[in-house]
Amino acid sequence: MTDNHGPVWVIAEQEEGQVHTVSSQLTGQARKLADELNTRVEAILLGNGTAEMPRQLFAAGADKVYLGNAPELDRYQSELFTEIIVRLAETHQPEIVLLGSTPLGRELAPLVAARLKTGLTAHCIDLVLDENRILQQKIPAYGGMLTIICPEKRPQMATVAKGVFPMPELKESREGEIVPVALPAEIPDRLQTLEIVREEPKGVPLESASIVVAGGAGAGGPDGWSEISDLASTLGAALGATRPAVDEGWTELETMVGQSGKMVGPECYIGIGLSGELQHMVGIVGAKIMAAVNNDPKSPVFEQVDFGIVDDCREFVPVLIEKLKGNR
Amino acid sequence: MLEIFVCIKAVPDPKDADKIKIDPVKKTLTRGDVPLVLNPLDKNALEAALQIKEKVGARITILSMGPPAAAKIVKECLALGGDQGFLLSDRAFGGADALATAYTLAKGIEKIGPFDVVLCGMASSDGATEWVGPQIATFLDVPVVTLVEEIVDDEGPAWKVKASLEDGYRLVQVKLPAVLTVTRDLNVPRTLAFSGIIKARKKEITQWGCSDLGVTEESVGLKGSPTIVSELSVIDSKRDVEMIAGTREEKAEQLVQKLAEAGVV
Repeated sequence: MTDNHGPVWVIAEQEEGQVHTVSSQLTGQARKLADELNTRVEAILLGNGTAEMPRQLFAAGADKVYLGNAPELDRYQSELFTEIIVRLAETHQPEIVLLGSTPLGRELAPLVAARLKTGLTAHCIDLVLDENRILQQKIPAYGGMLTIICPEKRPQMATVAKGVFPMPELKESREGEIVPVALPAEIPDRLQTLEIVREEPKGVPLESASIVVAGGAGAGGPDGWSEISDLASTLGAALGATRPAVDEGWTELETMVGQSGKMVGPECYIGIGLSGELQHMVGIVGAKIMAAVNNDPKSPVFEQVDFGIVDDCREFVPVLIEKLKGNR
Repeated sequence: MLEIFVCIKAVPDPKDADKIKIDPVKKTLTRGDVPLVLNPLDKNALEAALQIKEKVGARITILSMGPPAAAKIVKECLALGGDQGFLLSDRAFGGADALATAYTLAKGIEKIGPFDVVLCGMASSDGATEWVGPQIATFLDVPVVTLVEEIVDDEGPAWKVKASLEDGYRLVQVKLPAVLTVTRDLNVPRTLAFSGIIKARKKEITQWGCSDLGVTEESVGLKGSPTIVSELSVIDSKRDVEMIAGTREEKAEQLVQKLAEAGVV
């Protein structure tokens, strides 16, 4: 193998002067991959008023930042952003391109990948290089782990959720090169983001919660779900969910914990009426104490927790709430 | 009249998805007998199409790529109110990743005819990549909005939609024709009515393969997919569990005690 690899890229996101946490985390991981490949880490950052922000990416490990800084880039515009990234990629031939599994990253990534006719792996939980210097993209599935590779096409592209990779040690003194990005002569106008509205999150935010109560299909319906939700409030916990519970419509997408949802790092995790699917369980990082309630004594969830209770969660949860209230 | 396409997928019933396992020795999937159902989020896409049809009139075309058994799920969508159904089915389509799937579906849409809106669920319950909708848009060279949680204005040549963000939404104006992928917050899907099932009996499902679409076998399925699964492995996330037994009251009491010992309550 030659060591002549293109750069490792991070498509960074920013908001109100700050580089998104996941973009810094990805830059840290990109640094590791680039060192192994003996190549550079380059980030693309598009926005308005971004002049001071490359420093944050240099500190996290980037060697170069392609910087868009223009009023046209103030709000995310999918077609314009795609066009800029595709043109840069065609010119600079990156080996790897990483994006956050954020709502914007999840839209931008497939658009860029399809234009470049290359592969894209969703919501990876690890990225490592194999002996041929090919990127192994790990995703949990079917109670195990799939390794996805993109053997021939380049770049190799992946999205990763916030919290999968740790925040790298930030070296404020680290310097890099800023390359200004010019806008294309023709700005695509089929689509326009008119407004971005931020709403106050409801309840305890999952990512920073010290207790997470998560429910799954075993809730059986909206009534069972509201019991689980009550348990979360009683404990002052954040409410999480598995994909089946979200798909059933009992709870909002924002509550989904796991590979394609949120990564959480609570002290304590309690799983109610869920089977311990890896897609969900990988979302719980480093919990000190874990408990589960499931009516099936053979449920795989009982192999992944410290305390297990076999019971119908719809019957058990109200009793548990009473006991907790009595304990105060 | 609006031409609305709804791209749907027949998926293993998510409720039984844990029956599909990796064989730790053979490193292959053991599929069990999990029945195929309509991907939950595609119900929201179809419901959006039905509501638009009821409001302003539209023809709803149901399009899917999948095994012949997926015809049953296309039929279900016709029973729910779709007007015509197409199933892209060919051995050569097997093993497709998101890019090859989107390419095949886009070829199907091009062959069926002009469209105003293509609706997709934001993700499938089995693949969960969210890539197919936006990549269909790329192949058709039309704009896309993903994670649509509300259609604010569906009149005229440009629609306004709210697309979900981590903490809020963005309001997007998009010119038709366009692709929209939807979240389950968009609507509450209707359930199947007997009258619909009767009407669907007369509705045809057209089945097309590679030669009908005029695509080469190299451009679809596994061969047309840039990504491949290189390895299946079992991972060990085991903890030593202590099962708490007793009556319901006793179990609850003991769990509270364990939580208290850990300093959680």
